[in-house]
Amino acid sequence: MKIKIKRFHPHFEPPSIDMEYEVDNAPTLLDALLQIKRQKDRTLTFDYMCRSGVCGSCAVRVEGKEVLACQHIPKDGEYIEPLSVVDVIRDLSVRLEDALVTLGSSKAYPLDMQKVAMNEEDERLIERQSDCILCSGCLSSCPVYESNEAFLGPFALSRVWRYVADKREQAKKEHIDAVVQNGIWDCTLCGNCTQVCPQGIDPKNDIVMLQSKAVQFGYQNPNLGGFGSFGLEF
Amino acid sequence: MFDIVIVGGGGAALVAAIEAATLGKSVLVLSKHYPTQSQTSMAQGGINAALYPPDSCDSHIQDTLKAGVGLAKEAIVQEVCRAAPKAIEWLDSIGMPFSRKGEAIAQRRLGGATYPRACYAQDYTGLKLLHTLYDNAVKLGVALRSRTFLLNIIEEDGVCKGVSVLDMARGKVEQILAKAVILATGGYAKMYGALSTNGFGSFGEGVAAAMRAGAKLSDLEFVQFHPTALKKSSILISEAARGAGARLIDQEGQEIGGELWTRDRLSRAIFEAMEEGREIFLDMRHLGKEFIEKNLPQERKLALLYEGVDPLKEPVPIRPVAHYTMGGIDVDENMQSSIQGLYAVGECTNAKLHGANRLGGNSLLELVVLGKKAAQSAAQMEQAPQQKLFERTKIDTNFIKAVFALPNQIDFWERQEFLSKIMYHNCGIVREEMRLKGVLSVVRQHQKELAFMGVRDKSPLMNKELINFLEYGNMVELAEAVLVGAIQRTESRGAHFRADYPQRDDKKFLAHTMIWKENGVLCADFKPV
Ligand SMILES: Cc1cc2nc3c(=O)[nH]c(=O)nc-3n(C[C@H](O)[C@H](O)[C@H](O)COP(=O)(O)OP(=O)(O)OC[C@H]3O[C@@H](n4cnc5c(N)ncnc54)[C@H](O)[C@@H]3O)c2cc1C
Ligand code: SF4
Ligand code: SF4
Ligand code: FES
Repeated sequence: MKIKIKRFHPHFEPPSIDMEYEVDNAPTLLDALLQIKRQKDRTLTFDYMCRSGVCGSCAVRVEGKEVLACQHIPKDGEYIEPLSVVDVIRDLSVRLEDALVTLGSSKAYPLDMQKVAMNEEDERLIERQSDCILCSGCLSSCPVYESNEAFLGPFALSRVWRYVADKREQAKKEHIDAVVQNGIWDCTLCGNCTQVCPQGIDPKNDIVMLQSKAVQFGYQNPNLGGFGSFGLEF
Repeated sequence: MFDIVIVGGGGAALVAAIEAATLGKSVLVLSKHYPTQSQTSMAQGGINAALYPPDSCDSHIQDTLKAGVGLAKEAIVQEVCRAAPKAIEWLDSIGMPFSRKGEAIAQRRLGGATYPRACYAQDYTGLKLLHTLYDNAVKLGVALRSRTFLLNIIEEDGVCKGVSVLDMARGKVEQILAKAVILATGGYAKMYGALSTNGFGSFGEGVAAAMRAGAKLSDLEFVQFHPTALKKSSILISEAARGAGARLIDQEGQEIGGELWTRDRLSRAIFEAMEEGREIFLDMRHLGKEFIEKNLPQERKLALLYEGVDPLKEPVPIRPVAHYTMGGIDVDENMQSSIQGLYAVGECTNAKLHGANRLGGNSLLELVVLGKKAAQSAAQMEQAPQQKLFERTKIDTNFIKAVFALPNQIDFWERQEFLSKIMYHNCGIVREEMRLKGVLSVVRQHQKELAFMGVRDKSPLMNKELINFLEYGNMVELAEAVLVGAIQRTESRGAHFRADYPQRDDKKFLAHTMIWKENGVLCADFKPV
């Protein structure tokens, strides 16, 4: 089986080339990459740790779609690229610092947790969102983040919803206040993020939930607001 | 300059960081992975605390002491087990999404526990714990610096001044000084390579670096093996499968072990059967499709992906593999190592909580309870080191340059795979003097050969081969210490089983194996408990 990998090294000319490798007997794409590195090309650079889908290190794009290398079964002729939108350091290894900044700017953390009784139902409301492994796959697929790096992006917004939906969290309004700028109204609800998430998380839906919560707190969807004033001016 | 530098980004590091920041200290967390990529994310089973009767802290203490076979220290076991309910309450208060049963935090029973005592979050306990801690560290504005690889501890006159590190993205050596350093770099069970449940990260550089700086290590020979990992990938199949009635059989269908056997006894039985050439399988066919799909979906998915075997139709090939390292940097009750200003916490330490064997669910507990303690102790250090370029940093800068110039006549990767394999077969589940000594001489040979190895990738930029080589170098250094411990302890206790000394010998060995380096020479001794 052959796979093609997009290589990148900023000091080389040209910095980016596609290289094809022969691999055999690799149950996962990560196994294939390790095999190439050990046996054929020690310079091939990529990230990995747990090899079981929980550490979020190994996200790449295969045929344009974000996957975890350790959970993907490679097929002949596939084209492997690094995540898009984030900065590539070398080959498939990317810099995640800027992506992770969105967690701070969206206040994707507990603000005012109180001791309240929680039952199985309450816990289920945050179960899926808290499965996130921060692989950044969703961010890589997001057309809005691609054109506007100030956009808070799917994993951060999903995580904000995880805290808003948490029964123990009292400061729900403060959470909403933090995501109205460059956040919930900028998302086009295209659903790319939901499609690629390896953990079955649905950031698009979580963003819709945040939008309706924002409306409850008196915010207006600016994308709709325009028509109202247009009518009044006339 | 930071008050406290924490090396590592797993659960132990983040708990310490949160506590240090809460105490008003300036703190820097540096790690070779992004924090949420740490091995803590892999823990599935749970975190122990006696929350509801009939369970009690006393029972938790008894179970822990029993598993430790004399090497767990009663005072620390008391302290940690009694603090456990508060630790769970704290985690709940900072957002940990524990699974519930009614309105109570749900608990399940892991091996060796008298009662269901492990609090969990589905099969993602470690993942959710790590991310909850991460969110709180972000909230507190803790400085997190990733892809920074620890090279050495900077130590002068027995006092820790900081660390020398490699900035992986740029390939530059730097020194980072601090009033106190906390090591939280995880265990070394990946020393067993492909025959380990651990992720590609746990090679034990933190432990080896502490040893190079002169710190004492202890009880390194105690390595826990897990009986049921997938045969090809060593991915853990949790005890839940056996708990639900899955059976262990050989290729003839003959059953191995009993339902109530402990991890080490079962691992030994499977290992011995495999050394005889038998193949061992986990058979869950009789549990039925409906049951497996509902209760063991993760196990089925992993078996399909990694073994190409559907547990509904066929028995799954398994083998016992290295899982957890009880030994590590020797610390006192304040988590201080034998070097002043150098603290350590988590799997990289031997805090004497687990003794000769660890109970499932006790290590996540250790991170939370002792992580805080490490930060509180480190916060007492007030003396800022002198601002100068330390000799250590200069040496390490030259060392990294020299690695690129090494001749590469021997492939370190082949050597590493070989060493892991012979460690597994001879310093693993069953040990014996002649074979241990054989491996020791191989390790010493590898140490001499390091100068003929090197890296083929010559780029300074995010050079992962260089990182792999540095991990291997540390592993070779630490393997020697593990072997010396295993050779010296001529008895069997907990996870350490000597075929030539199958009995426990309290007269001689109710003692901790102490190992350290003096002027580059390995020294060993026993310290009675
Ligand atoms: C598959 C599996 C399942 C488990 N299940 C359970 C369970 O259910 N319950 C339980 O209690 N325990 C369980 N354990 C054990 C438990 O997960 C670990 O003991 C614990 O997570 C260790 O945490 P730590 O913070 O000490 O280290 P780790 O989480 O391993 O973190 C180590 C950190 O140090 C960094 N680091 C390492 N070397 C360097 C270096 N040279 N330079 C810079 N940084 C470095 C790494 O990047 C990482 O951030 C399990 C372990 C495994 C492997
Ligand atoms: S749904 Fe919104 S967040 Fe998700 S990819 Fe589309 S624009 Fe981005
Ligand atoms: S939401 Fe899904 S795709 Fe996005 S970072 Fe989390 S796990 Fe990855
Ligand atoms: S290596 Fe951890 S998610 Fe793939």
